[in-house]
Amino acid sequence: MPQVKREMLIDPLVDNNPITLQVLGICSALAVTSSLKVAFVMSLAVIAVTAFSSMFISIIRNQIPGSIRIIVQMVIIASLVILVDQILKAYAFEISKTLSVFVGLIITNCIVMGRAEAFAMKNPPLASFADGVGNGLGYGLILMMVGVVRELFGSGSLFGVTVMETVNNGGWYVPNGMLLLPPSAFFIIGFIIWAFRTWKPAQVEEREYKIQVVEAH
Amino acid sequence: MNTNSNQDESMIRRFINMPPDSVPKTIFIAVTLCLIASMVVSAAAVMLRPIQEVNKLKDKQVSILQVAGRYDPGTDVAEAFSAFEPKVLEIATGEFADEFDPATFDDLAAADDPETSIALKDDPASIGRQSKYVTVYLLRDEDGKLDKVVLPVHGYGLWSTLYGFIALEENGNDIYGLQFYQHAETPGLGAEVDNPRWKEQWNGKKITDENDVLQIAVTKSQPPAGPEYHVDALAGATLTSVGVHNLIRFWLGERGYKPFLQKLKEGAV
Repeated sequence: MPQVKREMLIDPLVDNNPITLQVLGICSALAVTSSLKVAFVMSLAVIAVTAFSSMFISIIRNQIPGSIRIIVQMVIIASLVILVDQILKAYAFEISKTLSVFVGLIITNCIVMGRAEAFAMKNPPLASFADGVGNGLGYGLILMMVGVVRELFGSGSLFGVTVMETVNNGGWYVPNGMLLLPPSAFFIIGFIIWAFRTWKPAQVEEREYKIQVVEAH
Repeated sequence: MNTNSNQDESMIRRFINMPPDSVPKTIFIAVTLCLIASMVVSAAAVMLRPIQEVNKLKDKQVSILQVAGRYDPGTDVAEAFSAFEPKVLEIATGEFADEFDPATFDDLAAADDPETSIALKDDPASIGRQSKYVTVYLLRDEDGKLDKVVLPVHGYGLWSTLYGFIALEENGNDIYGLQFYQHAETPGLGAEVDNPRWKEQWNGKKITDENDVLQIAVTKSQPPAGPEYHVDALAGATLTSVGVHNLIRFWLGERGYKPFLQKLKEGAV
């Protein structure tokens, strides 16, 4: 029976990161990273949802019928997401206003269901909880990295605090408008994956094709 | 000897030990899970609703205060807001509709109700239905003289409907400020409608010229009417700017608050 181990929290940060290695949860990483504050709250929400959904699914894992297991997981995840959304609306209204629909979209975040299906269905509750927290953290880490780049160069600020005064406000920095649009996160995530795989070559996937050398006649 | 409760217990045990894939168990799990989940979700929604409503109301009040220049961080919102007198206005006549109680009147519901709204065919602000009645806010100075009026406006930008307020001076032609409290425009581009520097431009603009022609415009280059009718469009947010332009001209025009503004000009409010 696996115990809660430190690796469960540390592994998903770099070695088994849900975004850069498993390439899951990209869609929301595009949507919510244009400002750090939003990315931070989104990370917390995902950590909470992944951890608790993994735990609850793990508690009833031996009772879940295989034929409806995906639906069962979805029901648990969706309920938790609605709960998080309601709590944000009540206690963090400003932020929930900027997150708008994206909290609801945690339901479709592949990381949450990926962990439920791959880990929580086979492991005890506490280990699943730790695994959920770890993967949420891994997701959050990438979100923050993307957020730093996008907010700093897109609006000249970090966590809403002006670092580089933009031209709009009478400063000198001409912000890069592309970074505020979702597609820019694709490039940044691409660079992060490149950096991670250069640092840890073990993450590089094997080619699915072979380059054939044609002999000259 | 088996007692009744022991029998019950063994039944439960047998049920738990049933293979999860059997039909009764599948149905049981599905039904129980749905029941529990729906109870949790609805309990949370019901218990948190009062706090959420307060947040929403406060948020709206803050934007009314902001648009009228009565808000600083740290202001007691409820107290500052009590200076405003809410009134339900009949748009077509520009008269106050005293048959509605402003405290309970719901602008959004009124815009949906076919009895109190009209479907727009020619619809520059893309709002679909326009309510015949809206809640407006009057701000009086110490002597009880009208100082400012705050009027709700809304219309479609690029991604979303922008909801906001426009504050006018008591003469019904000078704009004091514009403020949106709900929208989902692109952060950094369209969402710059919230940028204080952009909002500042609205202060002191005029709605109509001497000949009573609607001139206010949100455009890239200055229109011939002159700078006092022109608000610079947002850089990189053409469609949001066009949306704001259309909604402002719609609400301040013939089918919007024109009759009410006429009354303000005559000093009849």
